[in-house]
Amino acid sequence: MTMELKEALQKFLLRLGDNALIQGQRLSEWCSRAPMLEEDIALSNLALDHIGRAQVLLDYAGHTFGEIKTADELAFRRSEREYYNFLMAELPTGNFAFTIAKQLFLSAYEDLLYEALCESTDTHLSAFSLKAVKEARYHFSHAADWCMRLGLGTAESHDKMVDAIHDLWAYTHEFFEMSDCDLLLLQHGIAPDQEKLKKNWLDKIGKVFMRTGFSIPQDTYQHRGSRQGIHTEHLGHLLCEMQYLQRSYPDASW
Amino acid sequence: MEHTAVLELLDQIPDPEIPVVSIREMGILRKVELKNNHCDVYITPTYTACPAMAMIASDIEALLKSHGFKSVAVHTQLSPAWSTDWMSEGARQKLRSFGIAPPAHQACNSWALEVMQVNCPNCGSNNTSVISKFGSTACKALMRCEECLEPFDYFKCH
Repeated sequence: MTMELKEALQKFLLRLGDNALIQGQRLSEWCSRAPMLEEDIALSNLALDHIGRAQVLLDYAGHTFGEIKTADELAFRRSEREYYNFLMAELPTGNFAFTIAKQLFLSAYEDLLYEALCESTDTHLSAFSLKAVKEARYHFSHAADWCMRLGLGTAESHDKMVDAIHDLWAYTHEFFEMSDCDLLLLQHGIAPDQEKLKKNWLDKIGKVFMRTGFSIPQDTYQHRGSRQGIHTEHLGHLLCEMQYLQRSYPDASW
Repeated sequence: MEHTAVLELLDQIPDPEIPVVSIREMGILRKVELKNNHCDVYITPTYTACPAMAMIASDIEALLKSHGFKSVAVHTQLSPAWSTDWMSEGARQKLRSFGIAPPAHQACNSWALEVMQVNCPNCGSNNTSVISKFGSTACKALMRCEECLEPFDYFKCH
Protein backbone atom coordinates (compact mmCIF):
# COMPACT_ATOMS: atom_id res chain seq x y z
CA MET A 1 0.00 0.00 0.00
CA THR A 2 1.40 3.42 -0.96
CA MET A 3 1.92 6.09 1.68
CA GLU A 4 -0.76 8.22 0.08
CA LEU A 5 -3.34 5.42 0.15
CA LYS A 6 -2.46 4.54 3.72
CA GLU A 7 -3.06 8.13 4.79
CA ALA A 8 -6.38 8.22 2.96
CA LEU A 9 -7.47 5.00 4.69
CA GLN A 10 -6.38 6.43 8.02
CA LYS A 11 -8.49 9.57 7.56
CA PHE A 12 -11.46 7.51 6.44
CA LEU A 13 -11.20 5.14 9.42
CA LEU A 14 -10.87 8.09 11.78
CA ARG A 15 -13.99 9.63 10.23
CA LEU A 16 -15.98 6.42 10.78
CA GLY A 17 -14.56 5.88 14.24
CA ASP A 18 -15.03 9.50 15.32
CA ASN A 19 -18.62 9.53 14.07
CA ALA A 20 -19.32 6.46 16.17
CA LEU A 21 -17.52 7.81 19.23
CA ILE A 22 -19.06 11.29 19.22
CA GLN A 23 -22.56 9.97 18.55
CA GLY A 24 -22.08 7.45 21.34
CA GLN A 25 -21.03 10.22 23.72
CA ARG A 26 -24.02 12.41 22.82
CA LEU A 27 -26.50 9.53 23.06
CA SER A 28 -25.17 8.52 26.45
CA GLU A 29 -26.17 11.97 27.72
CA TRP A 30 -29.75 10.67 27.61
CA CYS A 31 -29.03 7.98 30.18
CA SER A 32 -31.46 8.60 33.11
CA ARG A 33 -33.04 11.59 31.28
CA ALA A 34 -35.12 10.04 28.48
CA PRO A 35 -38.90 10.67 28.34
CA MET A 36 -39.66 7.15 29.56
CA LEU A 37 -37.86 4.13 30.93
CA GLU A 38 -38.04 1.99 27.76
CA GLU A 39 -36.61 4.83 25.70
CA ASP A 40 -33.90 5.45 28.27
CA ILE A 41 -32.81 1.84 27.79
CA ALA A 42 -33.09 2.15 24.00
CA LEU A 43 -30.93 5.29 23.82
CA SER A 44 -28.33 3.80 26.17
CA ASN A 45 -28.25 0.69 23.97
CA LEU A 46 -27.74 2.89 20.91
CA ALA A 47 -24.90 4.67 22.70
CA LEU A 48 -23.31 1.34 23.58
CA ASP A 49 -23.51 0.10 19.98
CA HIS A 50 -21.76 3.28 18.82
CA ILE A 51 -19.01 3.10 21.42
CA GLY A 52 -18.38 -0.55 20.51
CA ARG A 53 -18.19 0.43 16.87
CA ALA A 54 -15.74 3.24 17.73
CA GLN A 55 -13.52 0.81 19.59
CA VAL A 56 -13.12 -1.51 16.59
CA LEU A 57 -12.69 1.30 14.05
CA LEU A 58 -10.25 3.39 16.09
CA ASP A 59 -8.26 0.28 16.93
CA TYR A 60 -7.95 -0.43 13.20
CA ALA A 61 -7.14 3.24 12.48
CA GLY A 62 -4.40 3.03 15.13
CA HIS A 63 -2.64 0.35 13.08
CA THR A 64 -2.25 2.74 10.13
CA PHE A 65 0.07 5.05 12.12
CA GLY A 66 3.85 4.55 11.97
CA GLU A 67 3.86 3.83 15.66
CA ILE A 68 0.71 1.87 16.50
CA LYS A 69 -1.81 3.83 18.59
CA THR A 70 -4.52 2.25 20.73
CA ALA A 71 -8.21 3.13 20.37
CA ASP A 72 -8.03 4.84 23.78
CA GLU A 73 -5.05 6.96 22.76
CA LEU A 74 -6.92 8.12 19.68
CA ALA A 75 -10.14 8.80 21.61
CA PHE A 76 -8.61 10.62 24.55
CA ARG A 77 -5.42 12.28 23.28
CA ARG A 78 -6.52 14.13 20.17
CA SER A 79 -7.81 17.69 20.08
CA GLU A 80 -10.79 18.88 18.03
CA ARG A 81 -8.80 19.75 14.89
CA GLU A 82 -7.67 16.12 14.72
CA TYR A 83 -11.25 14.81 14.81
CA TYR A 84 -13.11 14.05 11.58
CA ASN A 85 -16.67 13.31 12.72
CA PHE A 86 -19.58 15.01 10.95
CA LEU A 87 -20.66 18.33 12.45
CA MET A 88 -24.14 16.90 13.01
CA ALA A 89 -22.80 14.25 15.38
CA GLU A 90 -21.31 16.83 17.75
CA LEU A 91 -24.32 19.18 17.93
CA PRO A 92 -25.76 19.40 21.46
CA THR A 93 -28.36 16.75 22.25
CA GLY A 94 -31.27 19.19 22.27
CA ASN A 95 -34.81 17.91 22.87
CA PHE A 96 -36.02 14.38 22.15
CA ALA A 97 -37.29 15.28 18.65
CA PHE A 98 -33.89 16.75 17.81
CA THR A 99 -32.17 13.52 18.86
CA ILE A 100 -34.62 11.44 16.82
CA ALA A 101 -34.12 13.57 13.69
CA LYS A 102 -30.35 13.33 14.17
CA GLN A 103 -30.61 9.56 14.58
CA LEU A 104 -32.81 9.29 11.51
CA PHE A 105 -30.38 11.18 9.25
CA LEU A 106 -27.21 9.57 10.60
CA SER A 107 -28.47 5.99 10.85
CA ALA A 108 -29.95 6.12 7.32
CA TYR A 109 -26.53 7.18 6.09
CA GLU A 110 -24.72 4.53 8.14
CA ASP A 111 -27.08 1.82 6.95
CA LEU A 112 -26.21 2.64 3.32
CA LEU A 113 -22.52 3.24 4.00
CA TYR A 114 -21.94 -0.04 5.84
CA GLU A 115 -24.00 -1.91 3.28
CA ALA A 116 -21.63 -0.61 0.58
CA LEU A 117 -18.58 -1.28 2.75
CA CYS A 118 -19.54 -4.99 2.99
CA GLU A 119 -18.14 -5.11 -0.57
CA SER A 120 -14.93 -3.21 0.31
CA THR A 121 -11.64 -4.62 -0.98
CA ASP A 122 -10.31 -4.01 2.53
CA THR A 123 -11.20 -7.35 4.14
CA HIS A 124 -11.03 -6.10 7.72
CA LEU A 125 -13.43 -3.27 6.91
CA SER A 126 -15.82 -5.55 5.01
CA ALA A 127 -15.88 -8.11 7.84
CA PHE A 128 -16.69 -5.39 10.36
CA SER A 129 -19.34 -3.86 8.09
CA LEU A 130 -21.30 -7.12 7.86
CA LYS A 131 -22.06 -6.70 11.54
CA ALA A 132 -22.34 -2.92 11.63
CA VAL A 133 -24.92 -2.82 8.84
CA LYS A 134 -27.38 -4.95 10.80
CA GLU A 135 -27.02 -2.69 13.81
CA ALA A 136 -27.33 0.51 11.77
CA ARG A 137 -30.47 -0.82 10.07
CA TYR A 138 -32.03 -1.58 13.43
CA HIS A 139 -31.13 1.93 14.64
CA PHE A 140 -32.77 3.37 11.55
CA SER A 141 -35.99 1.44 12.13
CA HIS A 142 -36.07 2.74 15.72
CA ALA A 143 -35.61 6.35 14.53
CA ALA A 144 -38.18 5.95 11.74
CA ASP A 145 -40.80 4.59 14.21
CA TRP A 146 -40.30 7.58 16.49
CA CYS A 147 -40.30 10.02 13.60
CA MET A 148 -43.78 8.74 12.72
CA ARG A 149 -45.00 8.71 16.32
CA LEU A 150 -43.90 12.30 16.88
CA GLY A 151 -45.03 13.46 13.44
CA LEU A 152 -48.51 11.95 13.78
CA GLY A 153 -48.75 12.60 17.52
CA THR A 154 -49.78 15.88 19.11
CA ALA A 155 -49.47 19.32 17.47
CA GLU A 156 -46.54 19.99 19.80
CA SER A 157 -44.62 16.80 18.97
CA HIS A 158 -45.26 17.41 15.26
CA ASP A 159 -43.95 20.97 15.42
CA LYS A 160 -40.85 19.97 17.38
CA MET A 161 -40.06 17.30 14.82
CA VAL A 162 -40.48 19.77 11.94
CA ASP A 163 -38.18 22.27 13.68
CA ALA A 164 -35.56 19.58 14.26
CA ILE A 165 -35.65 18.44 10.63
CA HIS A 166 -35.22 22.01 9.39
CA ASP A 167 -32.46 22.87 11.86
CA LEU A 168 -30.50 19.73 11.00
CA TRP A 169 -30.94 19.79 7.25
CA ALA A 170 -28.06 22.25 6.84
CA TYR A 171 -25.71 19.59 8.26
CA THR A 172 -26.70 16.71 5.98
CA HIS A 173 -24.91 17.41 2.68
CA GLU A 174 -21.56 17.21 4.38
CA PHE A 175 -22.03 13.42 4.72
CA PHE A 176 -21.67 13.01 0.95
CA GLU A 177 -18.64 15.19 0.16
CA MET A 178 -15.98 13.58 -1.98
CA SER A 179 -12.58 14.74 -0.76
CA ASP A 180 -9.30 13.66 -2.39
CA CYS A 181 -9.01 10.85 0.09
CA ASP A 182 -12.54 9.62 -0.77
CA LEU A 183 -11.67 9.63 -4.47
CA LEU A 184 -8.51 7.65 -3.91
CA LEU A 185 -10.30 5.07 -1.77
CA LEU A 186 -13.03 4.79 -4.40
CA GLN A 187 -10.43 4.07 -7.10
CA HIS A 188 -9.07 1.21 -4.98
CA GLY A 189 -12.52 -0.19 -4.20
CA ILE A 190 -12.06 0.46 -0.49
CA ALA A 191 -14.85 3.01 0.02
CA PRO A 192 -18.02 3.72 -1.99
CA ASP A 193 -19.00 6.70 -4.12
CA GLN A 194 -20.67 9.11 -1.68
CA GLU A 195 -22.72 10.72 -4.45
CA LYS A 196 -24.47 7.40 -5.07
CA LEU A 197 -25.18 7.07 -1.38
CA LYS A 198 -26.79 10.50 -1.43
CA LYS A 199 -29.46 9.47 -3.91
CA ASN A 200 -30.38 6.37 -1.91
CA TRP A 201 -30.29 8.35 1.31
CA LEU A 202 -32.77 10.89 -0.03
CA ASP A 203 -35.07 8.03 -1.11
CA LYS A 204 -34.84 6.41 2.30
CA ILE A 205 -35.59 9.63 4.19
CA GLY A 206 -38.29 10.54 1.65
CA LYS A 207 -40.15 7.28 2.32
CA VAL A 208 -40.28 7.92 6.06
CA PHE A 209 -41.36 11.54 5.52
CA MET A 210 -44.11 10.48 3.13
CA ARG A 211 -45.72 8.33 5.82
CA THR A 212 -45.65 11.23 8.29
CA GLY A 213 -46.59 14.10 5.99
CA PHE A 214 -43.22 15.81 6.30
CA SER A 215 -41.44 17.07 3.22
CA ILE A 216 -37.76 17.21 2.35
CA PRO A 217 -36.60 20.76 3.18
CA GLN A 218 -35.36 23.16 0.52
CA ASP A 219 -31.59 23.19 0.20
CA THR A 220 -30.19 26.38 1.65
CA TYR A 221 -26.84 27.09 3.28
CA GLN A 222 -24.90 23.94 4.18
CA HIS A 223 -22.34 23.73 6.98
CA ARG A 224 -19.10 21.97 6.07
CA GLY A 225 -15.60 21.53 7.43
CA SER A 226 -15.27 18.18 9.18
CA ARG A 227 -13.32 16.59 6.31
CA GLN A 228 -10.59 19.15 7.17
CA GLY A 229 -11.01 18.81 10.94
CA ILE A 230 -12.88 22.12 11.24
CA HIS A 231 -15.70 21.90 13.75
CA THR A 232 -18.44 23.82 15.54
CA GLU A 233 -17.64 25.22 18.98
CA HIS A 234 -19.53 22.28 20.53
CA LEU A 235 -16.91 19.61 19.90
CA GLY A 236 -14.30 21.23 22.17
CA HIS A 237 -16.75 21.26 25.08
CA LEU A 238 -17.70 17.65 24.46
CA LEU A 239 -14.04 16.59 24.39
CA CYS A 240 -13.32 18.53 27.61
CA GLU A 241 -15.79 16.35 29.44
CA MET A 242 -15.00 13.09 27.64
CA GLN A 243 -11.21 13.41 27.89
CA TYR A 244 -10.96 14.94 31.35
CA LEU A 245 -9.87 11.83 33.20
CA GLN A 246 -7.24 10.68 30.71
CA ARG A 247 -5.85 14.21 30.38
CA SER A 248 -5.62 14.69 34.15
CA TYR A 249 -4.35 11.20 34.97
CA PRO A 250 -2.57 9.97 31.83
CA ASP A 251 -2.55 6.18 31.41
CA ALA A 252 -5.03 5.66 34.25
CA SER A 253 -6.59 2.23 33.87
CA TRP A 254 -9.00 -0.03 35.74
CA MET B 1 -5.74 -33.19 25.32
CA GLU B 2 -7.62 -34.02 22.11
CA HIS B 3 -9.31 -31.43 19.92
CA THR B 4 -12.85 -32.73 20.63
CA ALA B 5 -12.12 -32.92 24.36
CA VAL B 6 -11.12 -29.24 24.32
CA LEU B 7 -14.34 -28.31 22.54
CA GLU B 8 -16.36 -30.28 25.09
CA LEU B 9 -14.47 -28.59 27.89
CA LEU B 10 -15.21 -25.14 26.44
CA ASP B 11 -18.86 -26.15 26.16
CA GLN B 12 -18.96 -25.76 29.95
CA ILE B 13 -18.42 -22.00 29.70
CA PRO B 14 -21.74 -20.19 29.96
CA ASP B 15 -22.67 -17.01 28.13
CA PRO B 16 -22.15 -14.47 30.96
CA GLU B 17 -25.42 -12.68 30.21
CA ILE B 18 -27.56 -15.77 29.52
CA PRO B 19 -26.02 -18.43 31.77
CA VAL B 20 -28.36 -21.25 30.62
CA VAL B 21 -26.57 -21.54 27.28
CA SER B 22 -22.88 -22.14 26.60
CA ILE B 23 -20.68 -20.04 24.34
CA ARG B 24 -20.47 -23.04 22.02
CA GLU B 25 -24.27 -23.39 21.73
CA MET B 26 -24.52 -19.67 21.05
CA GLY B 27 -22.09 -19.97 18.15
CA ILE B 28 -19.63 -17.56 19.79
CA LEU B 29 -16.92 -20.23 19.92
CA ARG B 30 -15.70 -20.65 16.34
CA LYS B 31 -12.51 -22.65 16.26
CA VAL B 32 -9.81 -24.25 18.39
CA GLU B 33 -6.23 -24.98 17.31
CA LEU B 34 -3.80 -27.04 19.37
CA LYS B 35 0.00 -26.96 19.24
CA ASN B 36 1.64 -29.04 21.96
CA ASN B 37 0.88 -27.15 25.16
CA HIS B 38 -0.48 -24.09 23.42
CA CYS B 39 -4.09 -23.48 22.46
CA ASP B 40 -5.49 -20.85 20.06
CA VAL B 41 -9.20 -20.14 20.52
CA TYR B 42 -11.25 -18.06 18.06
CA ILE B 43 -14.41 -16.34 19.24
CA THR B 44 -16.76 -14.00 17.40
CA PRO B 45 -18.72 -11.17 19.04
CA THR B 46 -22.53 -11.30 18.91
CA TYR B 47 -22.77 -7.50 18.79
CA THR B 48 -19.94 -5.05 18.13
CA ALA B 49 -20.23 -3.64 21.61
CA CYS B 50 -21.02 -6.89 23.44
CA PRO B 51 -19.56 -6.17 26.89
CA ALA B 52 -19.33 -9.88 27.68
CA MET B 53 -16.46 -10.57 25.26
CA ALA B 54 -13.67 -9.70 27.71
CA MET B 55 -15.20 -11.95 30.35
CA ILE B 56 -15.63 -14.82 27.88
CA ALA B 57 -11.97 -14.52 26.83
CA SER B 58 -10.75 -14.59 30.44
CA ASP B 59 -13.04 -17.55 31.26
CA ILE B 60 -11.59 -19.51 28.35
CA GLU B 61 -8.02 -18.76 29.36
CA ALA B 62 -8.58 -19.66 33.01
CA LEU B 63 -10.37 -22.92 32.21
CA LEU B 64 -7.79 -24.16 29.69
CA LYS B 65 -4.86 -23.24 31.94
CA SER B 66 -6.44 -25.13 34.83
CA HIS B 67 -6.53 -28.17 32.52
CA GLY B 68 -2.82 -28.16 31.78
CA PHE B 69 -2.33 -25.77 28.87
CA LYS B 70 0.86 -23.72 29.31
CA SER B 71 -0.29 -20.89 27.09
CA VAL B 72 -3.65 -19.84 25.69
CA ALA B 73 -4.40 -17.13 23.12
CA VAL B 74 -7.97 -15.99 22.53
CA HIS B 75 -8.54 -14.26 19.18
CA THR B 76 -11.53 -12.19 18.09
CA GLN B 77 -12.69 -13.17 14.64
CA LEU B 78 -14.97 -10.71 12.83
CA SER B 79 -15.63 -12.64 9.63
CA PRO B 80 -18.02 -14.31 9.01
CA ALA B 81 -20.22 -12.07 11.18
CA TRP B 82 -22.11 -13.84 13.97
CA SER B 83 -25.73 -14.54 13.28
CA THR B 84 -28.59 -15.88 15.40
CA ASP B 85 -28.90 -18.58 12.71
CA TRP B 86 -25.88 -20.23 14.32
CA MET B 87 -27.70 -20.88 17.59
CA SER B 88 -28.37 -24.58 18.03
CA GLU B 89 -31.92 -25.91 18.45
CA GLY B 90 -30.90 -27.02 21.93
CA ALA B 91 -29.91 -23.45 22.75
CA ARG B 92 -33.27 -22.15 21.50
CA GLN B 93 -35.11 -24.61 23.73
CA LYS B 94 -33.00 -23.60 26.72
CA LEU B 95 -33.69 -19.91 26.10
CA ARG B 96 -37.42 -20.61 26.00
CA SER B 97 -37.39 -22.48 29.31
CA PHE B 98 -35.33 -19.60 30.80
CA GLY B 99 -38.13 -17.18 29.83
CA ILE B 100 -36.49 -15.68 26.72
CA ALA B 101 -38.27 -16.04 23.37
CA PRO B 102 -35.71 -17.25 20.79
CA PRO B 103 -35.31 -15.55 17.38
CA ALA B 104 -38.55 -16.03 15.44
CA HIS B 105 -37.04 -16.59 11.99
CA GLN B 106 -33.89 -16.71 9.86
CA ALA B 107 -31.69 -13.62 10.11
CA CYS B 108 -30.59 -13.49 6.48
CA ASN B 109 -33.65 -11.62 5.22
CA SER B 110 -34.15 -7.90 4.99
CA TRP B 111 -37.33 -8.10 7.08
CA ALA B 112 -35.47 -10.01 9.76
CA LEU B 113 -34.88 -6.83 11.70
CA GLU B 114 -38.54 -6.21 12.28
CA VAL B 115 -40.07 -8.15 15.10
CA MET B 116 -42.49 -10.59 13.52
CA GLN B 117 -44.78 -13.03 15.26
CA VAL B 118 -43.19 -14.05 18.53
CA ASN B 119 -44.66 -16.64 20.89
CA CYS B 120 -44.73 -15.99 24.63
CA PRO B 121 -42.11 -18.23 26.32
CA ASN B 122 -44.36 -18.56 29.38
CA CYS B 123 -47.78 -19.53 27.98
CA GLY B 124 -47.02 -20.07 24.28
CA SER B 125 -49.60 -17.53 23.06
CA ASN B 126 -48.85 -15.68 19.83
CA ASN B 127 -50.81 -12.65 21.02
CA THR B 128 -47.76 -10.60 21.95
CA SER B 129 -46.61 -7.02 21.42
CA VAL B 130 -43.37 -5.05 21.51
CA ILE B 131 -42.78 -2.79 24.51
CA SER B 132 -39.34 -1.63 23.39
CA LYS B 133 -37.02 -2.57 20.51
CA PHE B 134 -34.17 -2.51 22.99
CA GLY B 135 -33.86 -4.47 26.21
CA SER B 136 -31.56 -5.39 29.07
CA THR B 137 -28.73 -6.42 26.71
CA ALA B 138 -27.76 -5.51 23.13
CA CYS B 139 -29.17 -8.79 21.78
CA LYS B 140 -32.67 -8.53 23.24
CA ALA B 141 -35.92 -6.58 22.85
CA LEU B 142 -38.63 -6.23 25.47
CA MET B 143 -42.07 -7.71 24.75
CA ARG B 144 -45.36 -8.37 26.53
CA CYS B 145 -47.81 -11.24 26.30
CA GLU B 146 -51.41 -10.00 25.92
CA GLU B 147 -52.78 -13.36 27.17
CA CYS B 148 -50.86 -14.04 30.38
CA LEU B 149 -49.84 -10.34 30.66
CA GLU B 150 -46.24 -11.24 31.50
CA PRO B 151 -43.45 -9.10 30.05
CA PHE B 152 -40.58 -11.13 28.55
CA ASP B 153 -37.27 -10.78 26.74
CA TYR B 154 -37.06 -11.55 23.04
CA PHE B 155 -33.76 -12.56 21.46
CA LYS B 156 -33.68 -10.45 18.27
CA CYS B 157 -32.91 -11.95 14.88
CA HIS B 158 -29.47 -10.71 13.96
